[in-house]
Formats: sequence, C-alpha cells, structure tokens
Amino acid sequence: MLRRTIPIIILSATGTMLVVAYFSPFTLSWGETVLDWFNILAAVAFVLGAGNLLAVNLEKVSSRKAGWAYAAITLLSFAAMFIFGIFKVGAVPNPSAPDVHLAGAYEGLPSAFGWMYEYVLSPLTATMFAMLAFYVASAAFRAFRAKNVEAILLLGTAFIILLGRTAAATLLTGWIPVDSAFAVLRLDNVTTAVTEHVSTAGMRAITIGIALGVAATSLRLLLGIDRSYLSKG
Amino acid sequence: MTTDEHNTAGGLRAQLARVSNLDRRWIFLAMGLAVGVPILLKLRFPEVPGPLAIATFNAIEAVPEGSRVLIAFDYDPASEGELQPMANAMLHHCASRKHKMVFIALWPLGKQMADETIKNVLLAFHPQYQYGTDYVQLGYKAGNESVIKMMTTNIPQAFPSDASGKTLSELPLVADLESVQQVELIITFSAGYPGAKEWVQYAKSSYPDDFVLVAGSTGVQANQLFPYYPKQMEGMLAAIKGAAEYEMLVTAKYPVTKDKERFEEGRRRMGPQLVAHLLMIGLILLGNVAMVAGRSRQSRGGQGAVR
Repeated sequence: MLRRTIPIIILSATGTMLVVAYFSPFTLSWGETVLDWFNILAAVAFVLGAGNLLAVNLEKVSSRKAGWAYAAITLLSFAAMFIFGIFKVGAVPNPSAPDVHLAGAYEGLPSAFGWMYEYVLSPLTATMFAMLAFYVASAAFRAFRAKNVEAILLLGTAFIILLGRTAAATLLTGWIPVDSAFAVLRLDNVTTAVTEHVSTAGMRAITIGIALGVAATSLRLLLGIDRSYLSKG
Repeated sequence: MTTDEHNTAGGLRAQLARVSNLDRRWIFLAMGLAVGVPILLKLRFPEVPGPLAIATFNAIEAVPEGSRVLIAFDYDPASEGELQPMANAMLHHCASRKHKMVFIALWPLGKQMADETIKNVLLAFHPQYQYGTDYVQLGYKAGNESVIKMMTTNIPQAFPSDASGKTLSELPLVADLESVQQVELIITFSAGYPGAKEWVQYAKSSYPDDFVLVAGSTGVQANQLFPYYPKQMEGMLAAIKGAAEYEMLVTAKYPVTKDKERFEEGRRRMGPQLVAHLLMIGLILLGNVAMVAGRSRQSRGGQGAVR
C-alpha cells in the first residue's frame, strides 16, 4: 500500500507545486526547491547509472554471454576513466596550490583523463556518427523504392532537399534570374518552400499533437490515474 | 522485336535486376570515395547565404555591442562535424561585437567542446579577452530542462560556482547574474535533447521579450526547430550548410588575418556533402531502375509460365 501511495503523493504534490509556481509568484520559491531536488536526483541518477552499467556488464563477463568481450572492454574503459578522473592522474598543477596534487585540473591535456578524451573518446564518438553516411547510403539504395504515390512524393521531396541543401541548387538553377517570374523554380527557393510550407506545417501539427498528449498524460499522472511508472500497473 | 533484340533486352533486364543484390561493400566504397576524394582535392563550390543564415547574422548584429551573452554548448564530439564550424564562427562574431560571454553545457561533454572553442577561437583571435571579466565558463550541469527552468529564476542556485570552483561572486561578469533574463542574447549549439527546443520551451516562451534566442542545430534536428523560427527563435542555423553560409557573412564583415581556415570549415565540408548527396541520388535511382527491371523480368517469366 505504502509502496504505491507514497510515490503517488510525492508525484502529485511536486507536479502540482510546479504548475502553481508557474502562475503564482508566492509559490515561486517552492518551485525552485522542487527543481533543486530534481537536479540532485539527476546527479544521483549518474551514480545509479554507473552501478547498473557495472552490474549488467559484470554479469555478462562472468556468465560468458555472447559479446562478453565488449562488456569487458566497457568495464576496463569505465575503470580507467574513473581512476583517471577521481585521482586526477597527470593533472595540471593549480597555480594557487601547486603542491596539492588533487587541486590540479584533470580535464585538459596532458592529464590522463584529457588524453583519453582527446585521443580515444572524441575520435570514437565522431567515427560512430560518421559511419551513418555509409549505412544511410546502403539503406537508401535498398529501401527507397517508388512503389506507390506516397513513396514517389517522398522520393521527389528527398531529391529536392538533397540537391537544394548543397551547391547543386546554385549550379543547376542559379542561372534563373532572382527577380524573374520563374524565380520560384530555382532549387533554393523550391527547397525553402518545401521546408517552410510542407515540412514545418507537418511538424507544427505533430508538435501540437505531442503537446496535447503530454498535457493529458501529465494530468493523468498528477491525478494518480496513470500508475504505469510504478512498474506494477 | 527480333529474337536478338529480345535476348539483348532480356539480358540487360537480368543484369539490372541483379544490381538489387549489389554487395553493400561496393556502396560503402563508393561513399568513402565520394567523401574522401573531395576532401583530398579540397573541392569547393560557391555558396549563397540563405534567409536563415542572414536572419541569424542580423539577430546577433542587432544586440548592442558589449552585451552579456549566454552560450550553451549542448553537443558532444559526435556532432562536432556539423556544429563546431558554426560555434567557431559565432564566437568570433560575438567577440568581434565585444560581447561578454558566459558558457554553460547541458551535455556532459559540452564543457570540453566549449573549452576547445574558447582556446582555438576566443583566445586565439581575441587575446584581449580576460577570464572573469570578459568570459566565464560555468561548465556542465546535470538536470536537462530543469537547469534551464532554474536559470530563469535563480542562476546561483543552478550554478553555485564556475567550472574551476570559484563562486560566482568572485567573477565580476556573473557576480550580479540572477537569471537568464539579464542576458541580451542566448546562443545554443544543439545536437538533440536537451537543446534548442528546451531553451524555447522553458526560457524563451516564459520571457519572450527579455532576450534574443539563436540556435545552431544539426540537420536531423532542424525540422523539429523550424516551427519556432522566427517568433520564438530569432535566428537558426541548420546543419553544415547553415554554418557555411553564416561563416561567409561573418568573415565578410569581420575578416581575420591569420589562420583563416578556422572559419572556412563549413564551406570546406560542403564539397564532400555535395558529392555524397549526388551519390545518394544516383543510388536511389539505380535501386529503383533495378526494381522495375526485376518486376518486368518477373512478369515476363510469369507470362511464359502460363504459356
């Protein structure tokens, strides 16, 4: 009973307080206090996340599940970054306290943490993102097929945007005078028109729909009708 | 149609249909060349500043010289390719306008991105900038949109100290900074959540007339942000094209004499982008031709079977 009632009371009270604080200057400081709690919880979530990462990957390694080597690499990387950060390995001495090692800056080069960021983490994340180009090209070749009217419309729009978002727009249709009656046919203008009148209009509709959904869901949560976040219905 | 012509057409259709099963490693190789060769050849094409880049440039120009500006680095190295060129150009633009800059990050690695930009642009091209009086690095804060919300009421509560541990009262630039309504301009380099959308929802929507909001966004996020432009975001740069156009405008008005390549990164990346886009179009067309050829072959085979 308490395991369900207390979370509902906390959620309803804090949610209501934040809503009231938005409209009433008298409760502004209450709202700030709630936000402070949220920020503390967000910081604690990092600790929970790290604990969960350790638990999941240790379990994978110990039971030799498929891909356990990746889990081992994750654990090693986590441990290395944790030790480099906590003990400030190779930290740059702080000018105001040069003799105190832990007063030094641990993030920049030549500290071990900074080195790992600069030469391991940064190139790896950039590489992961860059690889998208290859997979997108492969997926476009296999899946982007003009099978019906909707797909043809999508293809046409994709071609306009793909050309319009590069110098191809200028190279192909730049010869059409800007002040002529045919200026609407310039690819850059067509791209702008598609973006402003089609894409943005659709996005607005989606955004309004999401906002209404969020409002409805929030109300259900505040009133204790939706209890799915308690994990057991 | 003669038998020879029939056989030739059938053979072509068969070959085209086989293209459907093209090994994806060939596609990867083609994409690698489409991106790599223009980079090596330093291929460049003419760019014309579009309405979004012009609006962004004008929005920053309209802010009085020497204003206090809040700059949020809401991205990490994964989006550096798209967002770093616009971050470089915007910092140079703000420094050329003598704006005082307060840096924050809502992404864990955003602080590192800001540090790099401060070192490579702010201090390299504007060495007169002094920490504490001309710029301050508040660093990363966990909490996503709640940090933004708190910054609208109580910045010292959200950021009790700067990234190096100094209290805000020790830093003249932010000693009297209570809320984001006290800055004239907010710039966010946004790669997703939390980012520009949250700045609109939790800061700009509540205080629409107190500051100007400008965002630099990745291409995939741009569509989500277009509905907010121009009423809730006075300026917006979308993807590397936005960065390239904006670079042109900034360097035309505030030229640099050394290390010009720093502000040509966006334009340099547009060459590979054009060739990669053309390859994508070619691949899509090829895929569709192969599909049509395959269908035609199937239907002919089917007729044959009936006969």
